[in-house]
Formats: sequence, C-alpha cells, structure tokens
Amino acid sequence: MNTETIVENKKSIQFDLTTSPHLHSQWSTAKVMWFVNLALVPCIASALIFFGVQQILIMLVAVLFAVGTEATVQAIRKKKVTLLDGSAALTGLLLSLTLPPNFSLSATAIGSVVAIGLGKQIFGGIGYNIFNPALVGRAFLQAAFPVQITTWTKPNYAVDSVTSATPLAAFKFDKLLTETYSLALGNVGGSLGETSAIAVLIGGIFLIAIGIVNWRIPASMIVGIFLFGGSLWLINPQQYPSPVFQIFAGSFLFGAMFMATDWVTSPITAKGMWIYGLGISLILILIRTFGGLPEGVMYSILFMNAFVPIINRYTHPRIFGELKEVKK
Amino acid sequence: MSSKTFRGGVHPKEYKELTEHLAFEYFPAPDEIILPLSQHLGKEAKPLVKKGDEVIIGQLVAQADGFISAPIHSSVNGKVLSIGKEVTPLGFPKDSIVIKSSENSADKKFSFPPLDPETITPDEIRQRVAEAGIVGQGGAAFPTYVKLSPPKDKVINVVIINGCECEPYLTRDYRFMIERHDDLISGLKLIMKALGVKRGVIGIEDNKPEAIKILSHKVKYEDGIEVISLKTKYPQGAEKMLIKAVTGKEVPPGKLPMDVGAVIQNIGTAIAIHDAVIKGEPLTHAALTVSGLGICKPKNLYVPVGTPIQNIIEFCGGVTEDAVKIIVGGPMMGIAQYDLQAPVMKATSGILVLTKKEVAESEETPCLRCGQCVDACPLNLMPTKLVRYTQLKRYEDAEGIGITVCMECGTCAFTCPANIPLVQWIRLGKQKVLQMQKERAAVK
Repeated sequence: MNTETIVENKKSIQFDLTTSPHLHSQWSTAKVMWFVNLALVPCIASALIFFGVQQILIMLVAVLFAVGTEATVQAIRKKKVTLLDGSAALTGLLLSLTLPPNFSLSATAIGSVVAIGLGKQIFGGIGYNIFNPALVGRAFLQAAFPVQITTWTKPNYAVDSVTSATPLAAFKFDKLLTETYSLALGNVGGSLGETSAIAVLIGGIFLIAIGIVNWRIPASMIVGIFLFGGSLWLINPQQYPSPVFQIFAGSFLFGAMFMATDWVTSPITAKGMWIYGLGISLILILIRTFGGLPEGVMYSILFMNAFVPIINRYTHPRIFGELKEVKK
Repeated sequence: MSSKTFRGGVHPKEYKELTEHLAFEYFPAPDEIILPLSQHLGKEAKPLVKKGDEVIIGQLVAQADGFISAPIHSSVNGKVLSIGKEVTPLGFPKDSIVIKSSENSADKKFSFPPLDPETITPDEIRQRVAEAGIVGQGGAAFPTYVKLSPPKDKVINVVIINGCECEPYLTRDYRFMIERHDDLISGLKLIMKALGVKRGVIGIEDNKPEAIKILSHKVKYEDGIEVISLKTKYPQGAEKMLIKAVTGKEVPPGKLPMDVGAVIQNIGTAIAIHDAVIKGEPLTHAALTVSGLGICKPKNLYVPVGTPIQNIIEFCGGVTEDAVKIIVGGPMMGIAQYDLQAPVMKATSGILVLTKKEVAESEETPCLRCGQCVDACPLNLMPTKLVRYTQLKRYEDAEGIGITVCMECGTCAFTCPANIPLVQWIRLGKQKVLQMQKERAAVK
C-alpha cells in the first residue's frame, strides 16, 4: 500500500520526502535583499529633501545600470537571470547614495557597471565576491573622476556656517566644527544618502531588529571610534575631533549600518565581527587623521573586506563542551 | 521567575494551539499491528512467538538480546500472522512481528504484579523497567534501564525530567503534565530511587505556564524536587542544552550526561516507569500528538504500538487538500514518510501532516556567508563551513572542525536565508568521516 490510497478525496497525492528540518524561518535571499532596500527609504528621503528631488535620477540610473549589468553578465554566462532577487538593485542604490549630489549621470552609470561587473559577477555572482560591490564601484569613480566626486553641492536648508565643504573637510583643512545637531539632521554637505544620521539610524536599527544586520559590526565600529579616535581626542582636543563628531560626520554611520554589514563580505563568527569592526575603525581614524583625504570609510571597509577569509579561519568558536578552541 | 537557557537556537512558530487543549483519547485496537523487533537503540529483540500463535495484550513476544536491547510486548489480543521484513517509519524495512487482532477478547490482558513504591529496591525498579520494555520516549529510544544502571565510577547528582517539548506542534508531554502530574512525580521518585539521587528537576519551557503552575504546586512538599522554568527556544529539549540550562555544565563532545553527573528522562518515560512499577503494565501503548494544518482533526492519542500510520490518519479525519508532507516525530528532527503502512513505535511522539504553507520550501541560492547558522548553532559549530568541506570532499578538515559533534537538530537549516539543506550535507559529511575513522582504526 502506498500514499496514493490514503484518503478518497486525494487520489493521486504525492508526498514530499525531503529530510528534516521540515520547517523554515521563511527568509530567502530575495526577501532579505528587498528588506535592505526598504531600510534605505529614510536615506533616500533625506537625499531628496536636502538636495532636491532631481537626485532621484542618480538613484534610478544607478539601479537600472546595476540590474542591467547583472542580467547581461548572467545571460552571457548562461546562468539563471536573477533580476528579481533585489541584490543588484541594492548594489546600485547603495552606490548612488554614496555619490555627491548632482553627480554626472553617465559617470554614475559607469560606476554601476563596474560595481556589478568587476565587484560581483567576475567572482561568480552573489555570495562569491570578496569586496563590497557598491564600494568597488565607488572606488573606481573616485579614481576616474577625482574632482567630480569631491564636489559637494550645498544642501537646500544649510545653516550659515556650512559652506559647500563637508563637515570632515571643514574640520580637516580649516578646523571648523559642525554642530552635532546638523549632522544628525543631515542639512550639511556630503554624499546623497549619508548626511542624515537620523535617517541612517532608522534604517540600520530596523535591520538589526529584524535580524538582518548583526549588531556586533556597527557596535564594534563605534567602540573602535571611541577607542582610537577618543584616545587622540584626549591627547589633544584642539587638534583632533571628538569621537562623537567622528561618528556623526561623513560616511561613518552609513558605512557601519549598510556597507560593512554586507553579509557576503563580512565575517561569519562573532569574534571575527569584532576584529573586523575594530579594524575598520582603526584604519578609518588613521586615514582621517594622518591621510591626505578627509574621509576614509570606503577604503577602510574595502581593506578589511580583504581580511575576512583569514579572520573567519582564525576565529572558530569554541565547540560546546570543548575546553580549547578549534585551531584550523 | 526568569527562565534559564543556553546560547544560540531559534524560535520557530509553535503551532501548539492546534492540540494543547485536547485531552488524550484512546485509539481502538486496529485490525493488524506490526511490531518491529528494533524499536530501540541497540540490538534487535529475539522473537519468542511463531506464525499462528495466539497472543494477548501485554504478552512478551520478543525478548531483549544483550545489555543494550529491549523486549517487546503485544499491544492487542490476536494471532501472529507472520514474522519478516516490514516497512518502518525510519525509512527502511526491519524484521517485524505482524499480529492480526481478534474480536471479543478485550478482557484478556497480561500484567506484572504491582510493586509498592515504599519498599521497592533500586534493583527491583531496574528489573521491572527492563522487563516492561521501556525505552526513552524523547525520540532516540535508548533502553531506559541502561540509563538507570550507570557504571560504579560515575557519580550522579541530579535527575532532570525533560518537559521542554521544544519541537513545534507536539503537545504530548504537555498533556501528560496536565493530566497525569501525580504519576509523573511518582515516576521521577522511582528514577531517583533507582539511581540513589537526592535532587530531581523538572525543566519546562515557559510557553507552558499551566504545566509549570500545576507541577510547582505539586512538588512543594516533595523533598529535593523542583520545577525550573526554561526559555522557549529550540532545541531547549536537547540533552546537552537542557543540562547546560539547569546545571550550567557542558557535556563534552563524545561524552554522556552521566559524565557531568546528570541523568535525563523524558516526561513520557517517567510516566511509563510509573505504569510499569506501580500498575505492572508493560509498555504497549505510545502517547502521541497528531497535528499539522494538513490533518482534518488534530488529536492527542494513546495508540497501541504497531498501529499503521494510515489507520491513525483515517481516525483523525484524513488529510486536507493542500497536505504535502507526512512526518513521524517533530517537524525539526522527524522523518518524512513514504509508506503509511509504517507502524507507530514505542518512542513515536507525533504524526504531523504539513501543508505547503507550513513547509515553505523555497529555491536554494548560493551561500551568502551571513553567519546566521554560526550564530544559531547551539553547539557552536560552523555549519556553513562543515557543508563547504563536505562539498569539496575535504572530510579531514570537516572532522577537524567538529562535524561529528553535530546532533542534526536542524537549527542551522531553519535559519538559512539561502535555503541550503545544511543538515543533509552535514549528515553526508558525518557518514564519510565516521567511515574514515573506522578505516583508520582498522589500519591500527
């Protein structure tokens, strides 16, 4: 007798025979990606409010070219085209939010093609890339269009003290401090989606709450800023900005919530996440303090991305009941 | 009271509301029962009957073979039809005794002489547990008297009754705690007496406040027995997790609970011990939950061991239009069934009929290295890495990072957003590693 005779109203039933567990959290790659896109809505809003609705064009171009590149490469490689998983769209959107207001649309398109093509698909697509694709795209633009990408439009509702310079540049070159209130709100010069700390935090805390972002990465980065930036500040508060300024100014929070936490390019162990986050902050403080550039979030994350495989290798958790940690 | 727990784990939707309010019903004797000779861990039992023999309820039909084995008793009055390979819920056929039940003989029944709990000795308890064929009711079906006979050099200081029932859907242990709390405490006292232990703990997940309330009240005047509330989290009922939550101690890989001074018994096992010692009944019935959105009438049942799953599903009104999967056991560790002629065994705790909506299978995508499996693994393993090594056939590396420690609880695969069948891969890797270890031992 087999399952087909089980009940009269179900003559030809064929039962699934997959193995346990038979339940699932009901998360999927696509669902995760779309939720991260959703978490960026406050940042999109702040960009449109402070820099004008025309900035939506940069985002649209970035997303369209990212998705288009992904589909093209997948078609050429005869792989399944995964337009709807939201991952290429996310890369495009993230890239656009790190660009200056009124950035050239053609350069934006190039950035998206590089982000997906060289940042992601060349490694084999989703899950296989070493570096954060959006940051690869941005690093390329930084090298190719060094002037354009550091030209900051004044926000619509800027307070008097802030000119077109970003708060970090204002401090670095003129020792001008921007008020934390403005940094929190976002009416300062900077990249499209990164100026408003409040908008970034709303999205970031949402992702932590639903379990997509592991709290350890932003937490370790913030601890790192207090540790490294704070020490410098204690040594000479005139010369070095306070850790609070370091956290609220520039791309730090956006990087901590949306860039460093990219699953594929961050560590998988708890201890590893702490090392990674502290490492990013250390390099960031070094660049901001002693480097030629006022900002260094992008480079410090890309730098630590390279160390992720080795961090994972040496931070195996202690197996339950085992006295020593696994060394492999 | 704050609830104790362990690190890691997940919290799947519970679905306990389908059956938690339903009292046990007795399932009527089926036309035919199938008794596999191996319903326990260890050696299969040796049949004592042959084709054509008349048997009665409670009669010994197969005897234990060696120390780690258990005897089997008939759960119906009837006649032996055959002895041979029959399908089992474990997925592969095993030697079984098939008994055709006869009518009008319901009054015939074999039982042991009842024993007095006041004067009984530890050896008498062990002997009765052995001859009643009691096996662990938590699923692994380890012969219970072996657990009650620890080697002389092991000091046991606590008996923990596992009232977690952390698998979704299952409410059998909950119903036992509500309906048979006195028998449960009596069983626990017998276990403590057999082991010479002064401390007994009943650990219950905090999603069962009613059970915690009743049992806390009942043990108030019992010496050395306490009820501990545990956080509702899967796999809280896994032995290692339960011991960690209750005693703070970790059972090392490859070791047993008794190595850290603990013995764990399931709620159902404690009640079976009570029934065997105080009432003289051998283990002939399985208490189980029939649930899932795919079954028409979910129930908690006492079923004669050996009853085909098919009969039970019919008794519960059949399956719904959208049923896609039938599972024996819980949804996290149970086994999907391909033949509903498979019988209920002594340790069967549930039969679930799941719909597409509950199973929610989605397409597998590449690993996103999100680390959710690492975060969730209660044994602190790195499931994604174990799977990677298995896929690359790097079995020695998999062994090095602890693949054999995995208990296949399913927590990792449950969390995986890429829907990778992690447990399936790890099982494969484990098999290969165990094979490798065997070959290594053979060379030496």
